[in-house]
Amino acid sequence: MPASTDTPLLEVRGLSKTFAQRRSLSHIVMSQAPHPLQAVRNVTLTLAPGETLGLVGESGCGKSTLGRCIAGFHEPTEGTVFLRGEKVSGDGYDRQRLSRELQMIFQDPYSSLNPRLTVAQALEEPIRVHGLRRGRGEIADRVDELMSTVGLPPGLKSQLPHAFSGGQRQRISIARALALEPDVIIADEPVSALDVSIQAQILNLFEDLRSRLGLTYLFIAHDLNVVRHISQRIAVMYLGEIVEIADADQLFEDPQHPYTRALLSALPQPDPTRRTEAVSLEGEPPDPSSPPSGCAFNVRCPLAHDACRAQAQELRWRGDHGARCIEAFKRD
Amino acid sequence: MAPLLSVRDLVTVFESKTRPVQAVDSVSFEIREGEVFGLVGESGCGKSATCRSILRLFAGAPARITGGTIEFAGRDLTCLSEAEMTRVRGREIAMVFQDPMTSLNPTMRVGDQIAEGLIRHESIGRRAARLEAIELLKQVGVPSAEQRLDSWPHEFSGGMRQRVLIAIALACRPKLLIADEPTTALDVTIQDQILKLILRLREQYGMSVLLVTHDLGVVAQTCDRVATMYAGRIVETAETPSLFARPLHPYTIALLNSLPGGKKRSEPLQPIGGAPPNLADPPPGCRFHPRCSIAVEACRSTAPALLPVDAPHRVACLRRGAEPS
Amino acid sequence: MTTTITETPTASPRQRRLPRLNPPLTAGLAMLVILLAAVLLGPLFSPYDPLKVDFAEALRPPGAVHWFGTDNLGRDVLTRVLAAGLVDLQIATVCVVLPFLIGSTVGAVAGYFGGLTDRILMRIVDILWAFPFYVLVIAIVGTLGPSTGNMYLAFTLVVWISFARIVRGEVLSVRQSEYVMAARLLGYSHLRIILRHVLPNAITPAIVYAMADVVLTILAVTALSFLGLGVQPPTPEWGVMIADGRNFIFDAWWISTFPGFAIIYTGIAFTLLGDGLDDLLRPKG
Repeated sequence: MPASTDTPLLEVRGLSKTFAQRRSLSHIVMSQAPHPLQAVRNVTLTLAPGETLGLVGESGCGKSTLGRCIAGFHEPTEGTVFLRGEKVSGDGYDRQRLSRELQMIFQDPYSSLNPRLTVAQALEEPIRVHGLRRGRGEIADRVDELMSTVGLPPGLKSQLPHAFSGGQRQRISIARALALEPDVIIADEPVSALDVSIQAQILNLFEDLRSRLGLTYLFIAHDLNVVRHISQRIAVMYLGEIVEIADADQLFEDPQHPYTRALLSALPQPDPTRRTEAVSLEGEPPDPSSPPSGCAFNVRCPLAHDACRAQAQELRWRGDHGARCIEAFKRD
Repeated sequence: MAPLLSVRDLVTVFESKTRPVQAVDSVSFEIREGEVFGLVGESGCGKSATCRSILRLFAGAPARITGGTIEFAGRDLTCLSEAEMTRVRGREIAMVFQDPMTSLNPTMRVGDQIAEGLIRHESIGRRAARLEAIELLKQVGVPSAEQRLDSWPHEFSGGMRQRVLIAIALACRPKLLIADEPTTALDVTIQDQILKLILRLREQYGMSVLLVTHDLGVVAQTCDRVATMYAGRIVETAETPSLFARPLHPYTIALLNSLPGGKKRSEPLQPIGGAPPNLADPPPGCRFHPRCSIAVEACRSTAPALLPVDAPHRVACLRRGAEPS
Repeated sequence: MTTTITETPTASPRQRRLPRLNPPLTAGLAMLVILLAAVLLGPLFSPYDPLKVDFAEALRPPGAVHWFGTDNLGRDVLTRVLAAGLVDLQIATVCVVLPFLIGSTVGAVAGYFGGLTDRILMRIVDILWAFPFYVLVIAIVGTLGPSTGNMYLAFTLVVWISFARIVRGEVLSVRQSEYVMAARLLGYSHLRIILRHVLPNAITPAIVYAMADVVLTILAVTALSFLGLGVQPPTPEWGVMIADGRNFIFDAWWISTFPGFAIIYTGIAFTLLGDGLDDLLRPKG
């Protein structure tokens, strides 16, 4: 793995997360232990200050679990998360401090706001709890400022969430996350529930906040076009592993992993002159509780040969471009 | 040749506590035989209500068709009795829904669910229906169809369930397949498989497809012709290549411009300001005028008609031909 | 700048909407107000003493002097129904509020924290759940001796499990909400999250159940009193009155009938209230 020149703001080192599965009747009868579900397998990545790393993959690939492990919702089974070189997973780290440095935006704008709190109440609460501002006037000013920051008229602050549309709710969630002035934001599919015209508004807001407030994003999404637009670097996940990681343009122009290539060709382009007849990828992702031996992708891979089935692959690197494929970087 | 389906001035109203909502407002379009017709728009634009009106399937919602005709293979569906509609549904027009997880009955084996329609509509025996079901599962690309016939829905993944639903829809060889967001709940590689499957089956059975989607990429990849809907009305309709090469309605243009991925990353996207109107209280005149960048005074009062620009390409805009400022 | 592009608000920017009364809630509230006014003020205006025995006036049918008639001991039935109402409402309130508080707390703690805490608390609930309601109440009151205080104790010990189960189930689903995850990430304490973010969104079904439980409690108190384990004579109580009147049901129907109507009226009032509260408290959108 190439050494990064800057000190990373966030570093994930060798992170794995397995979930124990419930024993079913057949397990008890056959006296077997159920296979644990390996949601995330040995993920290592870094985020430089001010950069956006996109994390893409299909449902069940472990991208959300990875985000939640970093945010501290799940205890990693193995591996460590570092924020500015300090350990922020496992035991003995300051949760309160972590919450002031790292926040999360969720997918569903309808479930991410407490339906009983007005916008003002939802935004005041973190400021009060952390004592960031004192006195009614100062807190109210800060709430107005937060609302303007995310493009909402402060006059709407006494409304309950049900008065707002999906896009507006997502703005409120963003404002709430910004209340603690964090450096890192993990955004878990923040625009996938929105219509395209609204999605564009929110994506622009993310870009705008990054340049104005110097935020660093881990942007989790399944839509490659969205991720390409927002990210400097992109990591592709498949069955709990990062299978390719590269600069965003490089990943799109010179994908090395056959899975990345399949994702790109499956992406329906809004251009009827570029139609393809062949299906991009046959089959479906395997069950994460019993991943195939060898390369995780070998059962669906058009290039797979005996070596792929025999042995799991490490990430191969060329510069900052890594791909977990035996055939990667061979063509030139 | 007469079109297979011809919808004229369709109006569908949903009753609500406060005031009736006109979800479909004088919608007209035609689907020719063997064609894939796309209906595209954002949530709440009336695209689903339109296709539910065709089958008169409102799932218990208090909806009524209050105007217009739906001519299908020479008959006006709005004039049929409920009993006659039951014979049309499934047999002549079949439908595939968005959510493959809830569209199958969890307490019935997959094979029985496919055979059910055959036995009811085609009056064939159980054995024959079973053989036919195996054939259908093979057609839609379910591997080892003979064994999978006796599986339960929960043993199938989302993509496989959508294949089963398509098999059920195809069972009676419908002339028209209505697919309402059939791939929205699926991952992109599975979406690709299902869309290609629908295209292959269209060739094979010579049926027409009405594809409802919010995804312009899906439209570009699969549809022959397309209509854009906004706030209950069709605002533009054209052959797919023509719509993407030269979109005419400001809404279609704005929708295409707001898609990420096309442009360079450094440039901000061009979102459409504002939000779609509340259909219980739509703006007067052109419904897009509050969000339109080229709206003029007349747009506030006059609802534009859907008029041809060049033969098949029609647009409902008073400022058609005007350059966006 | 791009972020100034904002959707128009879907609601008019007026002040926070006042809770809108719905028809069942209005009806239930009105019935409850009438009931409370009657049991609190009625005895003040009544010329009769609910406890005073007067054999000369025994078994009078309803009429201008005694509106609801008199019982076998010559006591005015109307006055006794009103006095009994106060007793019954008091008992019902205590017997519902205490279990509601205890059960909701246990349910919230079990549902929110999960794991071992949940397993231990819910096993206790399961064990209590295994006993029939009346068997348990009778056993407790029978052992400790009949008194109002012991009745409160018995009901509280038995009824909290229902509230615990209801609240736990709701908390389990609310806990999954992204706003609860966001609250954890914002560094709020567990107590704050439970009180401000979880319980307000989980308590409605328990409140609705509490309304239904008021009626059940009145019926249970009635049954206990009938067995001599509840309210002791001569204190008026609707159940005791119905029980007393059963020997005269063919000759003096009014002794049992009017307390019966009172129970039905109270039942309807609280059922409507429960219905209306359900509508009112369910979060919008």
